[in-house]
This record gives sequence, structure tokens and C-alpha cells, in this order.
Amino acid sequence: MRAAIGRDHGLAAWRSAWLAPPVAALGLIFAYPFAWMVGRAFSAPDGGYGLAAFEAILRSRGFIASLLATGRISLTATAICVVLGVTLALAIRFAPFPGARVVSRVIDAYLAFPSFLIAIALTFVYGSSGFLHSLLAGAGGRSFLFGFWGVVIAEVTYYTPFVVRPLLAALDSLDIAQLEAASSLGARPIEVLRRIVLPAMMPSLFAGGSLCLLLTINEFGIILIMGVKHSITLPMLIYGKAIEEFDYPGASAVAICNVALSLSLYLVYRSAMRRLQR
Amino acid sequence: MNGLYLTDRARRLWATLALTLCTVVFGLPLLVLLLASFAGHWDALWPSSPTWANLRGVLASAEERAALWHSVATAGAATVCALVLGAWGALAGRRLGRRTRICVDTLFVLPITVPSVTVGLALLVTFSRPPLLWNGTVSLVVLTHVALVASYAYANAKAGLERLPAHLEEMAASLGGSPWFVLRKVTLALLMPHLLAGAALGFALSMGELGATIMLYPPGWATAPVEIFSLSDRGSVFSAAALSLALLAATATALVALERWAASRRH
Repeated sequence: MRAAIGRDHGLAAWRSAWLAPPVAALGLIFAYPFAWMVGRAFSAPDGGYGLAAFEAILRSRGFIASLLATGRISLTATAICVVLGVTLALAIRFAPFPGARVVSRVIDAYLAFPSFLIAIALTFVYGSSGFLHSLLAGAGGRSFLFGFWGVVIAEVTYYTPFVVRPLLAALDSLDIAQLEAASSLGARPIEVLRRIVLPAMMPSLFAGGSLCLLLTINEFGIILIMGVKHSITLPMLIYGKAIEEFDYPGASAVAICNVALSLSLYLVYRSAMRRLQR
Repeated sequence: MNGLYLTDRARRLWATLALTLCTVVFGLPLLVLLLASFAGHWDALWPSSPTWANLRGVLASAEERAALWHSVATAGAATVCALVLGAWGALAGRRLGRRTRICVDTLFVLPITVPSVTVGLALLVTFSRPPLLWNGTVSLVVLTHVALVASYAYANAKAGLERLPAHLEEMAASLGGSPWFVLRKVTLALLMPHLLAGAALGFALSMGELGATIMLYPPGWATAPVEIFSLSDRGSVFSAAALSLALLAATATALVALERWAASRRH
């Protein structure tokens, strides 16, 4: 008995040792740089540690503005993604249209696309050389379309699939007998949707929505390509501070704020996913 | 039958709405990208003067050909490294305690949870000073992509391991297979489809990576996404569209080649 326990201990240590190489590699290329960046943000100009970088960014008007811009863009985009995602998922499931299968394939493929391609494409739709621009030129629609809403539309296009996928999975696991029973007992379709289908979709919707919010906060390519001057989000601010101003401590401080925001959303997403799997 | 007794009219209405939305939201951008790649001008409702010049220009320009090659090379190298790292991490972590597993999970998923710009910044800041002066090297670009892609390799390997038939490995071992033999011929063989799926997704994402790359690419190693951005920034939007199309085509070709290779190994 004791020999067996001893062997198990030895085995556990042996197993843990196998974990060392990949963890060390990822530690070197991710955890160590990340820790270093945190240290950089908290470094004081005199060589010690302090909150000087944070004070500086909090005092600058750009940071608060970009925090607000990030929130506005990602909340708006996520809200539209959720509405659009629910509509599409319900339609694909309950009112299959010709090509619905192709659409769900395209939705899968979107997840592996680079997001900035959407921005490049939309430049031709409502950019300064785009066809909507030429249509709306007389109506003064240009600035309206190519600012805030341009980014939102691009993000909705790219991120709606992240909402649709979990919803389709939830709809596939619905108990059809339950729906039929409700329907044959006289419930109208709208009631069946409201009482049975929507509650069953809720956890997936919450998970998809929080993932969407997380990804839209972190989005960079779309905003970089669209070159929206008055919608500088946090990732854009980090890029600008580091690459254009060479202000590494400032960029690191903004990065830490952005990471804190992303990580808290990620925790929300994880808890939603865990509730789903239970 | 799907349990919801919609009237024909409601069903048709809903289907039309969904089809329209899908076409406008998902179909239109792709169609526009395709049209723009072959357009000489686009200043009315429709693009005009169809031409091969954009695409030919991309393939003739040394800079843009190089950018495509840099992307393929970076994504290929990063995918292979990430696959080893992810599969190794998933294999080594699976029989450990819950707490250790959560730590490993967190380490692998963090790089894709935080903004990619942040990952780029962290590596830029860290490796711009001794002891490790890697800033300005191509390896740093590859390592950045490894950190970002390893997460997908790990997640896929882990999902595959959870679906392995129970006790198959113990059975192979009890029949006298050495641990190395069991790992190679049973575990990894059964895991292969999952590893390939992870590799394909990782490769595609690495080909399109922009946020971290733009922070730290050395001059002379601009990847295709970086080049697409600088083209569009300079106002050469048609060339940017054509290079985007070439990037998609290169990604698709590589993925088809990977699938072919996997299929040929299976037979």
C-alpha cells in the first residue's frame, strides 16, 4: 500500500515535470514580457516605482475620451450583434431559407477571417470613394457614415457570427416535443418563442454577448484601417503612444487598464460558459 | 417539422428578412472586396473599368510578393511551434490536479483574451533591452505569433483528449506497448484530426494577424496585413483590396494543401 502511494507520488512529480517545457516556453514569450510591461507601467522616472504613468494618462484628456469611445463603440456594436444574431439564429432554425446551410458555413468561415478585411471592403461601400458616398453625397451623409457608425457596422458584420454560433447550438439542443406540446395545446408561435425558446437561449445569448463585448473592446484592425480620427479606442491609443510617441510607460499604463477591462469581461464570459455546461 | 407552427406567410416573411440580412451583412463585404480587386474606378454605384491590373500589380511588385511570403513563412513556422507547444501542454496537463490544470489553461488562454496590441507592446518593451535583445528580429515576430496561436492548438488538443475512447491507452500499455509507442501510435494518432483543426485555425488567424505584428515587425519583414494597411493608408485602396484577395487565396491554398497532406497520410 505504502509502496503504491510512494509510486503515485513519484508518478505525479514525473507528470508535473513533463509540463515544464511548454510552460517555460510560453512563460518566456508571454508571461515574462507581460510582467515586465506591468513593471514598466509602474516605474517612476527616477528609477523607482510609482504611479506617475497612471497619473499622467488619467490627467490627459485623450485617455478618458478613448475610454468613452471604446465603451460607446463596443456597447453599440454588441447590442446590434445580439439583436441580429437572435433574428438570424431563429430564422435559420425555424424558417430555413434557401441557402441557410451555406450561410451557416459562411458564418463558420468568418471566425477565421482577419477583421480588417471587412474594413477594407466597407471602404468601398461608404468610404470617400465608395458607392454609398456617391449616392448620399447630396444628402450630406458622408461624415455620418464614415465615423462612429462605419466602425460599428464593420464590427457588427465581423462579430455577429460569434453570437450566432452558440445560439444555434442552444437551439439544436431544444426539446422539440416540448415545443410541439405547447403548440398543440394552443400556444401561439409568439408565445412558444417567448415562454420556451427565448429562456432556453438566454445562457448562450449571455455567453455570446459577453464574448462579443470582449472582442469589440479589443478590436484593432477595423479601427486602424478605417482611420477614424475622433473614435480612438484604447487599443488605438496604445498603438499611438508606443509607435508614434515612443512613450512606453504611458502605453503600458493604458494597456494595463485595457487588460483589466478585458479580463473582467472574460471572467463574466467564463462564468456564463460554466453555467451553460452544467 | 420544428415544433413551431408558423403560418406560411410568417415563415416566408421571416425567411426573407433573414436572407436579406445575411446577404447585406455577410455577403456584401465579400462581394465588394472581390469586385474592388478587379476594378479600375469605383465612383458610382457600380465599379467601372474592370481590370487585372490591381492583381497583376500585387504579384509584380517585389514588396507585396515579399509581404505575402513573410506572412506564409511566419504563419507556417508559428503554427508548427504552437502545435508542439499546445499539444505538449494539453498532454502533460491532463492528469494533473484541478488547480494545476486551471493555471495551465489560464496561461494558454490569456494571450488571446487581452488585446493583441498589448501582447505586441509587452514583447516590444521587454525584448528592446538586455538581456534578451530580440527586438528587430524576425524571430520575435514568429514568437509573438506562437504566443497568440498556441491557445488554439492547446484548446483543440484538450478537446480532443477529452473525447478519446476511455482506457484505450491503458489497454495498449497493458498489452506491452512502451509509453513512447502508446503516445505515438495511439494517443497522437487519435488526436491527429483535432490537432490539424487547431493548426488550420491557427494558421488562418496568424496569416491575418495585425495588432501585435504592427507593433514589432522589423523593417524588411512587413507581413501582408501590415502591407495592406500601409497601402490603404497611402490611398492605394484598389491594390489593398487585391492584396487582401491574394492573402485570402494564399491562406485557402495552404489549408487545402494541409488537408490533402493529412488525407494522403491516412490512406
